[in-house]
Amino acid sequence: MKVEKDVTKTREMVYETKVREVMTGQVITVGPREPMSTLREILRRNRVSGLPVVEDERLVGIISLEDFIKWLADREEDCPIEEKMTRQLVTVHRDDPVVSAVDKFDKTGLGRLPVISREDGRLVGILTKGDVVEGLLRKLEVDYRAEELRRHRASYIFEDIEADGTTLAFQYQVRGHDFERAGESSTRLKRTLRRLGVHPNVARRVAIASYEAEMNQVVFTEGGTIRARVEPNRVFLEAEDDGPGIADVEQALQPGYSTAPDWVRELGFGAGMGLTNIQQCSDQFQIESEPGKGTRLAVSFFTNE
Amino acid sequence: MTLAELAEKLDLEPAAARGRLDNEVTGGYASDLLSDVIGNAEAGNLWVTLQIHQNIVAVAAMKDLAGIALVNGRRPDEDTIEKAEAEGIPVLVSRLPAFELVGQLYRLGVRAVGVDDVE
Repeated sequence: MKVEKDVTKTREMVYETKVREVMTGQVITVGPREPMSTLREILRRNRVSGLPVVEDERLVGIISLEDFIKWLADREEDCPIEEKMTRQLVTVHRDDPVVSAVDKFDKTGLGRLPVISREDGRLVGILTKGDVVEGLLRKLEVDYRAEELRRHRASYIFEDIEADGTTLAFQYQVRGHDFERAGESSTRLKRTLRRLGVHPNVARRVAIASYEAEMNQVVFTEGGTIRARVEPNRVFLEAEDDGPGIADVEQALQPGYSTAPDWVRELGFGAGMGLTNIQQCSDQFQIESEPGKGTRLAVSFFTNE
Repeated sequence: MTLAELAEKLDLEPAAARGRLDNEVTGGYASDLLSDVIGNAEAGNLWVTLQIHQNIVAVAAMKDLAGIALVNGRRPDEDTIEKAEAEGIPVLVSRLPAFELVGQLYRLGVRAVGVDDVE
């Protein structure tokens, strides 16, 4: 299970990481008119198996250890490197995602790819399979540490507080009729709960209730507030607005009952399931509403199994 | 089965969060009503819908769904793609209508969670 998740993480990173983050920036190069015989010393000294051939900062070819050995074996006269180099170049840009480099490694069987600047075509680095593996491992460790640290700090907060009872409270402001940002408060709340070490199932249920309450505030009111309190044994959620209120609460609790306008329904909201969903995923449910005054919803989720 | 496998078999075109295509699909849910999905879909489900606005991402993130499949070749809004990338929710586009796509998914063994227990 753990392993599987790490694989997913690596995959994700291959897409998110840019070539420039993992490539080797200091490249040893040769000029096209240098003699083949100079390669022996350069390849040996730098322990590399291939070199980009560069003229006026432009990549013109690549000369590999294999090319060099073939030249040796054929016992030819010394000649400029440009006569033996490979001119067919497979390159990557430094702002490409690492995945495109991995694809090229796979397809061509090459061991190294020159890295080119997209703006002016200059050679800016070289990328080997080893660079990719090393770079990803480095990043994985940094990411892992950062999230571990966050979780660690957050989950021990209760232990560090000296009091007879501890409650953490969060407040989110919901803007009415703002469908662009609708759901944002609930997403942030869910992330926060997870970091605090709240069980994923509980965090999900709280987020669902909070999302439905948030949507109600977005659709029907000029805005409202969502508050969450994390206590040792429960999460308490409160949604309050001073909007139009609900005339008949009993009726509003019936699944499928909705007063949402058509355009809201077309977006897939206003199905008349919001309050039902909140009721179903919570352990305690309370709603107070007065027409013209507003609505207050209070729900609890118990966290000890 | 993973999203990547389903995408290949059913010619679904990834439109967002391509890096998450190895999400395991544990079942499916088809609906265009967001609250219905919130109430009845299960974590790990592939959600089949024609809604393309950004709120579908929030719903999928909230329910820890495996991904969203859009039908009739409907493409997600720009903001939807942006949000999906940020939240890591894969969005796939199918040229098929919902009825056809669900049929194909079912044929490949994707079921509504809970239905298997009844059989």
